[in-house]
Amino acid sequence: MTRLLTLTPLDFAIVAIYFAAVIAIGVYLRRFATTGEEFFMAGRQMTAWVAGLSFISANLSSLETMGWSAMAYQYGMLGAHAYLIGAIPAILFLAMVMMPFYYISRTHSVPGYLQLRYGEGARSVAGISFTFLTVMVSGASMFAMAKILNLLLGWDIHLSIWASSLTVAVYVTLGGLLSAVFNEVLQFFLIWLGTLLVPILGLVAAGGWNGMIKAIQKNAPIIHPTVQNADFTSLWRNLGSFDTNPMGIDWFGMVFGLGLAVSFGYWCTDFLQVQRVIVAKDLRSAQNGTLIGAALKMCVPLIVTLPGLLGLAVLYAQDGSPLVLVPESDPRARITHYTFNDVLPLLMGRYLGPGLLGLGVTAMIAGFMSGMAGNVSAFATVWTYDVYKPLFRRNASDRHYLAMGRWCSILGVLISIAAAYALLWFSNILEFLQVLVFFFIVPLFGTVILGMLWKRATSAGGFWGFVAAIVASIGMWTYVHTFPEGYSPQPKVTLGEGSVVSLQKDQASGALRRVTVESGQVAALNVALAGFGAPAQAQATAVTTALALPASVTARQGTSPVQVLAPQVTVAGQPTRFGVEGVEVVLRPGVRLSVSEISQRFAPAAFNPDHTQYVARSRKAKPMAVNMYSGWWSLVVCVVVTVLVSLFTRPKPEAELKNLVYGLTPRPDEGKPPWYESPALWATLVTLVLVAVNLVFW
Amino acid sequence: MHGHRIPIWFFIGALLAVYGVLVLAAGLYGLVHTPAVELASLHAGVWWGALLLVIGTGYVVKYRPRRQE
Repeated sequence: MTRLLTLTPLDFAIVAIYFAAVIAIGVYLRRFATTGEEFFMAGRQMTAWVAGLSFISANLSSLETMGWSAMAYQYGMLGAHAYLIGAIPAILFLAMVMMPFYYISRTHSVPGYLQLRYGEGARSVAGISFTFLTVMVSGASMFAMAKILNLLLGWDIHLSIWASSLTVAVYVTLGGLLSAVFNEVLQFFLIWLGTLLVPILGLVAAGGWNGMIKAIQKNAPIIHPTVQNADFTSLWRNLGSFDTNPMGIDWFGMVFGLGLAVSFGYWCTDFLQVQRVIVAKDLRSAQNGTLIGAALKMCVPLIVTLPGLLGLAVLYAQDGSPLVLVPESDPRARITHYTFNDVLPLLMGRYLGPGLLGLGVTAMIAGFMSGMAGNVSAFATVWTYDVYKPLFRRNASDRHYLAMGRWCSILGVLISIAAAYALLWFSNILEFLQVLVFFFIVPLFGTVILGMLWKRATSAGGFWGFVAAIVASIGMWTYVHTFPEGYSPQPKVTLGEGSVVSLQKDQASGALRRVTVESGQVAALNVALAGFGAPAQAQATAVTTALALPASVTARQGTSPVQVLAPQVTVAGQPTRFGVEGVEVVLRPGVRLSVSEISQRFAPAAFNPDHTQYVARSRKAKPMAVNMYSGWWSLVVCVVVTVLVSLFTRPKPEAELKNLVYGLTPRPDEGKPPWYESPALWATLVTLVLVAVNLVFW
Repeated sequence: MHGHRIPIWFFIGALLAVYGVLVLAAGLYGLVHTPAVELASLHAGVWWGALLLVIGTGYVVKYRPRRQE
């Protein structure tokens, strides 16, 4: 497919200025990171605004903006729940309930809190799993950036990986967390100012909000034919059952899966997030910083969800029909169709001229790099304080740990690069990585919150509850992807490069009815054809008489249309490409045909409805619903096991729980704040706005 | 001691001001040579560049490094 975006020299200059600026900031900040506390905790001097912007930016990476625009294109307005019920209640809970414990205990990290509350066992499990995950996520972010820049702009993948990671290595190694936080705040402005024009101009083109909604209602059934009855334009009224919304989820999964388990796990115990606010200069700033983050989080749908919705309303093909984008997993992706992930770049290319496009691309690169920097600085902190210090060298000097932090930053970048290259060769790992994060953060939340609110929770209870929930998460994930009777991917016919093809269309509708391959080579996957070699390893064989391949195939999972992909063929003497489904393909004598069949007992990309009905209460539950329900059950397992084990084991004496548990943690007296600095006031206002937004878009 | 630290807002302002100048210049050039994008008639580059410049300059002026008293 052609490149989505083409930059002018001015756009390149804007990108180059960004790289120069972040390196200059890193060099400048080196002098302010000369002790462990300064390097790892930014000297605990952050104001509420810096902490809040950094808190929200650490999560507002380019994967986030592009990914959730894609979600909105796929799931409609439900995509906004990630910024409403899927974030705000948890952030408010972090600010008002959990922050005092994190802050008063003076912990360096969330695993550090586990050590204080439960002991070394829970800290080691959390510390090691967290360090592993951060570098993997960092590598995934880098890999995704390189791949996206390659697809959008044609940039070399290796150059993208090395240029961005070396830049991050320089500024994080020099300035530590302070440098990462500075760049996150900078990125916040760049993302907003680089992206906000897209929805503004998109709404102008759509004829305003009402024009956009009308266009979505008209186009969505054409773009998403498998969810014909789904409502794309509401937040709650379509959640009565699994099949009335495009996400295939119900209200219980949304509230308890996303709103409670996944959201609280992510926002309250993911150290990458929490680190941003526990370094504030005092408890009130930490709380207000978190609340500023909550207020800003509710605005993010304007630059993320809205472009996704506009993609359903303003993108049209040359023939005037709605432009259909497909998932990355679709075999037609990037051959004949753009993908869901392309919706934001498509809109950028459509509306942003020279200069503005450079700003948009810089915002994307800044998002990727600051996401990576956040992971690397969190990796350096947790590795140094929660793995290296307790397990390898307990009583070294501060200078030694500072040096370890700097080396860890470089090491973190190098491991991230290795992870990025691993993903380059095994790209299917990428889709499991997000699930891997769920495996750990939801159990971690259950363990931490019981430790904070229930003084009877014991070390053994915390450890075994945490481990049992991780095992339960992995078990559920394995179970829903297991197919005891075998899973066959959708049947597919691929026409080889240079094949000569003629197309027969319906005269009335113009729809393609038959594809005839005059010469060339054809590969058929899971299209049952007797007499064409053994399954899975057939050699190409020339067809001796004209052969018609079926338009659909009936297998154990039901009837599936055959996908026909023609990435580079010749039609009427002209090179072309196309992709269709459910169309008969006729092979002329002489065409070489290879046949293969795949059947898997374990298919990570597919969900077995026979099994999902037990995890997500319905055979109709779609992947997102299954993930949310898995999070919920994982939290339940964590709480139940922690409580049961705690009841049969000896709790810590209360004296050892001071400043760690509710009821035993006196709040520091910071004096009565002026009314406009009261966390309770701002928490109430954010809650009221959240309720209002949900009611308006009910 | 490490001396006085320049606020983050100054760096943000400086970068936005530079970007504002560049985007505004491209927008003004687009008044004569219209870019091949949709809604080019709205000249988004002009007013968006001006907005960046105003925000950036405001931050630079307010948070510029001053000699410590």
